Order: sequence, then C-alpha cells, then structure tokens
Amino acid sequence: MTATETIRSEFPILNQKVGSYPLVYFDNAATTQKPAAVVQSLVDYYRTTNANIHRGAHYLAHRATEQFEAAREKVRGFINAAHSEEIIFTSGTTDAINLVAQAWGRKFLNEGDEILLSVMDHHSNIVPWQMVAEERGAVIRVLPVSAAGEWDLEAARQLINPRTKIVAVNHVSNATGTINPAQWMADLAHRYGSLVLFDGAQAVAHMPVDVQSLGCDFYAFSAHKMYGPTGTGVLYGKKECLEKMPPWRGGGEMIRHVSFEKTTYNDLPYKFEAGTPDIAGVIAMGAAVDFMQEQLLNGNLDLENYLLSMATKALGAIPGVRIIGTAAQKVPVLSFVADGVHPYDIGTLLDQQGIAVRTGHHCTEPLWDFWGLPGTVRASFAVYNTEEEVQRFVEALVKTLSMLRP
Amino acid sequence: MNIAARQQEIIAEFSLFDDWMQKYEYLIDLARELKPYPEALKTDDQLIRGCQSRVWLSARTGEGGTLVFDADSDAIVTRGLVALVIRLLSGNKPEDIAGADLHCLKEIGLYDHLSPTRSNGLASMITQMKKYALAALAKKDAPL
Repeated sequence: MTATETIRSEFPILNQKVGSYPLVYFDNAATTQKPAAVVQSLVDYYRTTNANIHRGAHYLAHRATEQFEAAREKVRGFINAAHSEEIIFTSGTTDAINLVAQAWGRKFLNEGDEILLSVMDHHSNIVPWQMVAEERGAVIRVLPVSAAGEWDLEAARQLINPRTKIVAVNHVSNATGTINPAQWMADLAHRYGSLVLFDGAQAVAHMPVDVQSLGCDFYAFSAHKMYGPTGTGVLYGKKECLEKMPPWRGGGEMIRHVSFEKTTYNDLPYKFEAGTPDIAGVIAMGAAVDFMQEQLLNGNLDLENYLLSMATKALGAIPGVRIIGTAAQKVPVLSFVADGVHPYDIGTLLDQQGIAVRTGHHCTEPLWDFWGLPGTVRASFAVYNTEEEVQRFVEALVKTLSMLRP
Repeated sequence: MNIAARQQEIIAEFSLFDDWMQKYEYLIDLARELKPYPEALKTDDQLIRGCQSRVWLSARTGEGGTLVFDADSDAIVTRGLVALVIRLLSGNKPEDIAGADLHCLKEIGLYDHLSPTRSNGLASMITQMKKYALAALAKKDAPL
C-alpha cells in the first residue's frame, strides 16, 4: 500500500458514491474527516469510561479524569506550550477567541485603546473584537493585504503603536491558504507592549506549531479541522496572561468555594472551564493529536502540499480561471474564480459530479469587499486526498465551465 | 393553464432526461431564456438574501386579478430554478398561488435546491411569492 492508501484505510467515510460518482472530499478547510482511531475513542469512552470528571470519588470518575487530563498533556506537547495549565479546553476556535475578548478585553481594554486585526481575518476573529470594542470604547484598526494575499508588513509597522493593546490575526488564512509571518508579527507587537493572539484554526492540520517559538500570548484552534471531533477546541494562553484575567463564564468546575458573601475561583486551567466539558470530545481530540503527530513524523504533509502544487498548475492552465491567493507560503487551500461564472454555480455542478468544495465568502466578507470579488470556490486538501482525485476535480471543473459559459 | 397542469408539463419535460447533465443544461437554457429583469427593480427592497446567490423578485397585477412575477438571480443555476418557479406560479390567481404545493420540484429531483440550507434564496423566493399572494387577497377582502 502507498502512504496515502494506508491513511485512507483509516477513513471509511471516503469510500462512498454521490449519485454515480465516487465522493471527492475537498472541503477539508471547513472540517476534516475523522480517522477510525478518533471515532473509536469516542465510542470507547461512552462504552467503558463515561463519568463526570475531577470530582467523583469513584473508579470511573478517576479514569475519565485521567484520560481528560492526558489529552491536555498531549495538546500541550503538540503545540509545545510550557505548562499544561496553559491549555484551556473550549468548544472551538470561535469560543476561544470570545473567551479572550471577554475575559481579557473587558478588563484591560479602555477608551481609545487599539485592537489590530487584518482584512483577511475570519468573522470569528472580527466580531468578538467588535463586540468588546464597542463596549469598552476601543478602536479596531485593520491591516491590509497585498494582491497575492500577504500581510502588508510596511502597513503593520505603521499601524502598530503604543496604543495597540492586542494584535489578533490568523496564522493561516482560511480564504487564501496564506501562511502568515506570525513570529515576525509577534516580535513587532511585543516591541510596542501589545499582546498577540493567533487564530490557528487553519494552521494546526498543516504544520508543526510551536507557541513558544511563535512567541504569541494566545493561540486558538479547533479539533475538528485537524481530524478531531466537532465541539472541542483549545485556547492556549501564556500563564502570566491567563492568571491576570478574570473568569468569563461562571458555574461548576471554575470555582473553589461558593458562598453568597464571597465566591473564590479555581486555579488555571479550570478557572476558564465552567460546566461539564465535552469530555468524550476532548479525549478524542487527544487521539486526533496522536494522528497528527504521526502525519508530521512520517512527512505525510508533503503529500497534501504536492496536491496543492499539482492543482494550482492544472487550474492555472484553464482559460479564464484565476487563483485567488498566490502567497509564497501556503497550506493546501486553493481558492479560485472563473470569469463570468458565479462560484455557487460551479459548486452546484461539481457537487453533481461527487466533488465537495466550498463556495461563497468563507466567512471573510471584508476580504472580498477589499478585493471586489463576490467570493470564490475553495478546494482544500487533506492527507487522505489523492492525485487521482485532483485529476477528477480538474476534469469535472472543465466540464462544469463548458456547461456554464455561453 | 392552471398550476396543476403546469406541474404535469414540467414533470413530463424532465422525464426525458437520463442524467444530471441534461437536466442542468436544460435549467441553464431556461435561465438564458428568462425575460430580462428590469434593472430599475434590482434594488435592495426586491432582494431576497441567500447566503450564496441572490434573488430579486417583484410582483405586479395582471389581467383578471392575476399576480405576475418578475425575478432574477446572479447565479445561473438559481436563475434557471427561478424561471421554473415563475413558469409555475406567475399569472395565476392569488388564492391559487397562496395554496400551491410545488410537488413537481421534488419529482424532477430538484427539491433539495429549495432547502433553506442551500442558501440560494430560492426557498425564500417562493415564501415571498406566497406572501405577495396573501397580501393581494387581504386587499381584495378589505372592507371598502
């Protein structure tokens, strides 16, 4: 078996037909499929371990707690955080960013303070900041990008100033696949005393992430975009930052002692994990981390990067097709438009041929306004995709365009 | 021709196609044949928002108390579906439009396009057409 065949054998969902066509799943930037080990982990948990964590004085509760905390340790190792209490489990990237915006922002942002976002950010890293900025009287500044979809570094130097309190930008763009120079940004922001948050939702499935070498204060990501289950995610925060932040949500797990006179809060990371978490999901995220470590170790990410270069070349040869996002450093995300054809039509006709892509604005409306585009078609690859699937996609696209063009 | 007869006609037309390509090619043809939508009516008031493709719809009174629709979309597949729905409902009496069950769309295998999750604005367009019909009925029944 080839490396890809071995990987595919762990994803039985891929062996199905859509109508009479074999499924080609190229919507991985929206969510990846889950390997057998991740699905098995969810099933095993409910069949053998289910109990509420951290409090029970019985066998199953201990076992569930051990597995839950083992997942925390796995995630810590995966992103090379210095301490396991710097790993806060959330429901996903959006939830993690909201946590920082609310817990940190409401305490530390004041009238006239500035938040720097980029025009290429996902709505989930825009709206939480708009909400807190409005409440605190803070100002949002927006970093522009080049035609290729790369941060305008000169503009960044101009925009960051002593009033900048946080730079919150994506590590990798979901719309264009651009890998941003995150470490450079963290250095620049810190020079002005600003904190830095990276939205890593699109990064973690495609590259090793080391939060210490990136130098960020916060890093947010979701399990479901890196072969894990939906509904779980991570906020990494530097210990000294998290300690200064008040809790956001109140409830079980996050308290030490409750009385009507005075309630005291638990230590990190529990201070930010109110209520019973998605225990099964977190444990399965641990299995997804194992899967990712295996991919990184075996060099399998080269496979998906090869598919990107192959697809980029093939689409570049189709008349009237324009690739959107041509940064030098990209994850395997290929966004494109075709002259005179609406992205939705392309998506609809590709779907008829079994090919799953994403069309529309990809939750980055400000970017399309900035570029004057209605959105794109986006094909995004994962480790289980094949050259044959890329060929089938290219052929289906050619057929689609011949049907749609007058 | 009433709505029921129009539905039968459409079912008969689509029964000639063996595969998805012929069906969609026909839809695209219908889109190209759709009467041009007045640019002056391409306003936000007439816009039905789908997340992905947009639909414009306007209604006017036709002969004998009927309701006539004009519509358009920026995506051609949606425009083809718009053309089909117009062919089904436009020029009918408001009471017939308000009560219409467009089962033919299911029978010709295009029903999933009407699902709100498709976010192409088509489901909302039909809802809006029925609202226009109900408004016309309310006006007719209003006391003088």
